[in-house]
Amino acid sequence: MLEFIEGYYAYIFLALLFTIGLYGMMVKRNLMKKILGMSMVQISTIMFWLVSAFKEGAGVTVLNERIGVDNPDLYFNPLPHTLMLTAIVVAVITLGVSFALAIAIYREYQTLDEPSLLERMK
Amino acid sequence: MIGAEAPVFIPLAFLVSAMLALLLGVISRPLAYVTAIVGSAAALFFSVRGLQAVLADGPISYHLAGWMPPLGIELYLDPLAGFFCVLLSGITLLVMVYGRHSVQHETPRKEVPFYSLAMFLVGGLSGMVMTGDLFNLYVFLEIGALSGYGLVAIGDKRAPVSAFRYLTLGTLGAAFFLLGVAFIFISTGTLNMADIARVLLVSQPTTPIMLGMALIVVGVGLKMALFPMHAWLPDAYTHASSTATALIAPIGTKVAAYILLRVLFFMADPEYVRHDIHLTDVVGYLGAVGIIWASVMAITQKEMKRMLAYSSVAQVGYIALGIGLASPLGFIGAVLHVINHAFMKACLFLVSGSFRLRLGHSSIPKLDHGVGRVLPWTSAAFSIAAISMIGLPPTAGFFSKWYLALGSIEQSNWVFVAVLLISSLMNAVYFFRILERMYLKPRSASDDGKEAEMPQQAAPANNEAPGSMLVPTLVLAAGVLVLGIMNAWGISHIIEPMIPEGL
Repeated sequence: MLEFIEGYYAYIFLALLFTIGLYGMMVKRNLMKKILGMSMVQISTIMFWLVSAFKEGAGVTVLNERIGVDNPDLYFNPLPHTLMLTAIVVAVITLGVSFALAIAIYREYQTLDEPSLLERMK
Repeated sequence: MIGAEAPVFIPLAFLVSAMLALLLGVISRPLAYVTAIVGSAAALFFSVRGLQAVLADGPISYHLAGWMPPLGIELYLDPLAGFFCVLLSGITLLVMVYGRHSVQHETPRKEVPFYSLAMFLVGGLSGMVMTGDLFNLYVFLEIGALSGYGLVAIGDKRAPVSAFRYLTLGTLGAAFFLLGVAFIFISTGTLNMADIARVLLVSQPTTPIMLGMALIVVGVGLKMALFPMHAWLPDAYTHASSTATALIAPIGTKVAAYILLRVLFFMADPEYVRHDIHLTDVVGYLGAVGIIWASVMAITQKEMKRMLAYSSVAQVGYIALGIGLASPLGFIGAVLHVINHAFMKACLFLVSGSFRLRLGHSSIPKLDHGVGRVLPWTSAAFSIAAISMIGLPPTAGFFSKWYLALGSIEQSNWVFVAVLLISSLMNAVYFFRILERMYLKPRSASDDGKEAEMPQQAAPANNEAPGSMLVPTLVLAAGVLVLGIMNAWGISHIIEPMIPEGL
């Protein structure tokens, strides 16, 4: 059990973060908190990819003359990093759009609290 | 040769016109409308050429920037993708033509962002249809989804709230999808779908792959509004402008269903999905529950757009049911229903938009037989689409349900057969309700006292919707009939080549 926790602790924390984010999105009533939860879900997904690229004892994916190209085990897998660069851009845009919508909602109803929002929408 | 390059031209036509619409819109607003139409017409042209080339010479694989797959991104056009592209750009062209008066009327002074976002949306969707790379699929998914949120937000006063709900759930769906892709990437080491299929064929199914597939199904299910995950859909469709709904409803959720087809039957081994992890069963039964539940909800709605939105959830259920059958007949039924539903639902939403323009509302209790007289052609189009939704023989809707029923009987799945029969009855209930009001209910006996006191003019003259709105509606209604009559030819020539091996 301890070995499992030691070996996979990053994944365990990420699962925790994902769950907290999900909880925030689903249960919290304030729209800003929902956005925060959404951001957590996205970040934990991105981090999951990055953690999967980690290798014990490996270094940055820049050609190192001492290592050469014969031993790819000494480099991180660069693909998840580059992919997640795109995913981060997507996450930022999503945040931007959600803030824009929150502003539009606030201007219309003067509240970001969901119950009173539903009240005012009637 | 345009055929071989078609895969890259289709999304490009949409995305370029999206940006041009924004730029030209600064000079003059009508230019944005023209750009959108030119863009979708160009995309339709490329899609048709692409489909022709595919049907003649087999699938086309286009390597972006010349990088060979599995390392580079591959755009892959096979009969299924080709046909989806034609459907997508065809419906887009019709809806864009329709948009001229409706967008001006419902969301004045927002035409330029509207057309630009619409083009971005369809550009993303067409990319999703063609890409052969799972991560690229995620990127296109988000391009489509983000512009979809914006498009929904350009609507009535409540639209931003429903767009916000759509955004949170849609983002969650995308996160689940990305997580699923991560699991599959970790266990197979590749992102190219054809490559993954090769790896999965020789490797033993492991827990990460099962988990990845399940997460992808959950993520895509959120996007396609599969039953328990449909909460965002009714509000989003009701409060968006009519044109936006007519664009998102027929193709947005359908492209998600297409991703499900791709992932379950093309990327993974259908045998494995069906027997080892029972994913198709889950999808099928969720679809079946969704059909019944959404039909009940549709019956209780008073607003026509909201009713149509719930009916969309039910129709997604039919497609899921066809996928759940995981047999050639189920596949034909699902694909046929995607096509039919795109035509029917686009037509119905366009009609509700015309009602909003000419009658000022689309509330069912306020309809009376004056509608049949004021808008004779629009009402006729509505009737054809409604009859097709119910599934009466000469129309298209009958045949997709027929294939779904055949597929269910073939597997002795009586639950599905019962669901199909009961839901057809429920469809009849909620559509005949409107048809009855449109043609039979006399004027004056209005539910609202005020309106009855209004000076009763002699039956108003023919006040049909303007041509730019009427023609697309009628084309779609005619399409419903043509699809119904030509279905045998269409299935043997177009849908049967799509069926994946091993299904």
